[in-house]
Amino acid sequence: MKRHLLSAADLDRDEALLILDTAGEMRSLADRPIKKSPALRGRTVVNLFFEDSTRTRISFEAAGKRLSADVINFSAKGSSLSKGESLKDTALTLEAMGADAVVIRHSASGAPHRLANSGWVRSSVVNAGDGTHEHPTQALLDAFTMRRHLGDLDGRRIAIVGDVLHSRVARSNALLLATLGAEVTLVAPPTLLPVGVETWPVTTSYDLDATLPKSDAVMMLRVQRERMNAAFFPSAREYSRRYGLDARRMGLLDAHAIVMHPGPMIRGMEISADVADSERSVIVEQVTNGVAVRMAVLYLLLSGSGEAPETSENNTTAGTEALA
Amino acid sequence: MSEHLIRGASVLGGEPADLLLRDGVIAELGPGLSAAGAEIVDADGLVALPGLVDLHTHLREPGREDAETVLTGTQAAARGGFTTVHAMANTEPVADTAGGVEQVWRLGREGGYCDVAAVGAVTVGLAGERLAELGAMAESAARVRVFSDDGKCVSDAVLMRRALEYVKAFDGVVAQHAQEPRLTEGAQMNEGELSGVLGLAGWPAVAEEAIVARDCLLAAHVGSRLHVCHVSTKGSVDIVRWAKSRGCQVSAEVTPHHLLLTDELASTYDPVYKVNPPLRTREDVEALRAGLADGTIDCVATDHAPHPSEDKDCEWANAAFGMMGLETALSVVQEAMVDTGLLDWPGVADRMSGAPARIGRITGQGRSLEVGAPANVVLYDPSVRRPVDPADSASLSRNTPYAERELPGHVVATFLRGKPTVLDGKLQ
Repeated sequence: MKRHLLSAADLDRDEALLILDTAGEMRSLADRPIKKSPALRGRTVVNLFFEDSTRTRISFEAAGKRLSADVINFSAKGSSLSKGESLKDTALTLEAMGADAVVIRHSASGAPHRLANSGWVRSSVVNAGDGTHEHPTQALLDAFTMRRHLGDLDGRRIAIVGDVLHSRVARSNALLLATLGAEVTLVAPPTLLPVGVETWPVTTSYDLDATLPKSDAVMMLRVQRERMNAAFFPSAREYSRRYGLDARRMGLLDAHAIVMHPGPMIRGMEISADVADSERSVIVEQVTNGVAVRMAVLYLLLSGSGEAPETSENNTTAGTEALA
Repeated sequence: MSEHLIRGASVLGGEPADLLLRDGVIAELGPGLSAAGAEIVDADGLVALPGLVDLHTHLREPGREDAETVLTGTQAAARGGFTTVHAMANTEPVADTAGGVEQVWRLGREGGYCDVAAVGAVTVGLAGERLAELGAMAESAARVRVFSDDGKCVSDAVLMRRALEYVKAFDGVVAQHAQEPRLTEGAQMNEGELSGVLGLAGWPAVAEEAIVARDCLLAAHVGSRLHVCHVSTKGSVDIVRWAKSRGCQVSAEVTPHHLLLTDELASTYDPVYKVNPPLRTREDVEALRAGLADGTIDCVATDHAPHPSEDKDCEWANAAFGMMGLETALSVVQEAMVDTGLLDWPGVADRMSGAPARIGRITGQGRSLEVGAPANVVLYDPSVRRPVDPADSASLSRNTPYAERELPGHVVATFLRGKPTVLDGKLQ
């Protein structure tokens, strides 16, 4: 495992599978009454959130705590970050406090990359979403979820639908899924596909109805209504009609296909309520898996070894030590 | 007044000759000169060029004296071989009045390292709403001939047309920062394959080319002189070439960094590579070099843009645009144009001295090295090669994109009207 996780492109197939397999063991920990392992006892994980985020921050917080790390949350609101302190000074502060890992969410693309490569900190850096660049742990939890339902992803067909242009989730998923051998189709109006997308390891389509019957999983991306003010699409209604996933469209999917969404959803925009709440939807499970995947990432980055922590049923040390 | 006898300089890369600089002019030129009492400058192996003229420099004073002052900027210019720099108008306050341009011009004269030609703003406060008093700036002691809202585009077509027409009265030129504002809202880097991958908002080539095309047509329509600042795309080179072929009075500049660096550097997310217009592709770089070689692009201009470290030591999106360029310009031109065989030393003298002086209507600069001409001379050693050390700079700022990169050449001496501003590579 490398020292940082900045981009899904940082992971080769073996590293990605190691994280996913480790996450499987972490997931089993979550199903036990005592959800804690001592693996990162004495290590400090800082959640540095320059951008509002509830689910990702809570997910990383839960992941760190279940591994017994000391977790410090540092959010923009009400902190020095909202008083104009620079990323550099914040980083130097964290370094002085002895953070072992910094989980960073930032509105500027590349901010985690700067933190990792500028020499400001020695700690491991985990990208928890940077601007319109990447969100690699989201892609990992999505892949983890898909593997639970679809098995090996080699040759599986995944449709990612919506505002690809502004989506860090789409970028990380396209890269990771390609590494894992899946066939990704990005579906969006032409205005919401990035320039140069033809060089990505994906195919693209403007036609959702034609893509759905050939998909094993469909991942809906959040679309901000404000985008229509910048002429990306004419209206929310037109967007929903052409690219929203409703019950009729869900009927085009194969029986085994699953419906995913990274959240937060806008019901009635990119996904209808009945689809979001349907049996095909694994949206809530994605959240559960997110904790397991982030535990695996923190564990592998900080423990410096490829071995999984002691979480098997016949070894109760983890639970008892956590109780002590 | 001091006398200097330059011995054995290769004038414009030709046969070695001696130059006697006396009373501010080149008094004698030829082999085996002697002059009692003159200070001897050994120029064996050095190329002698006319003092360089920069059409595009940001000196930051008044307003951002933490980044650069007229004094430090002109010292950096002298170290780069320049004897004239054009100070862009986007200071705080904006140089949009006769008093404003005279201040910068006078500070340059008082410093004595390099002449400062003030550029006047086209519109009041660079706001793009109404014309600044262009005539008053032209008639001031600063004798402004180049007008530019650089940093911002004069995007309003009517305002641009009127500015082009108006400056004809005093043989002025409008230097346009070609950037269609709506197409570049929030833009961070060249729009292309890489911007999509990096998640940085794109600055498409068409946003430059659309304005260059429009302005060439406007200039032709009203019979005015247009200068295009920092041409950065292949398409712009093609448009300027087409406009010139139709007799349009358009001139163009290219920066050293656009001749050497590409958008690949953005993948470091290091804002030292963030500049406006952005670094483009290898194909654009090749087209810019070809355009400069064939004269489609008239000159090299540095767009020297110093910034304090806190404006670069941060996230890409929050960083300032711009990079330093005065002290490395000649080295970069050697690397990109001379060592590649695209331009010879007389060509360099034209593109970095003669042509910019003509465009800016600067008298007494950009002249050939001949007897009777003002003694504005650079002695340059093209044989050395060394890594760029950001700390080795007269500028107050350190945002050079060439840190640790090896570049050829070294300015050994610069003479401004016979007075050495740099000697033995050191500021005087």
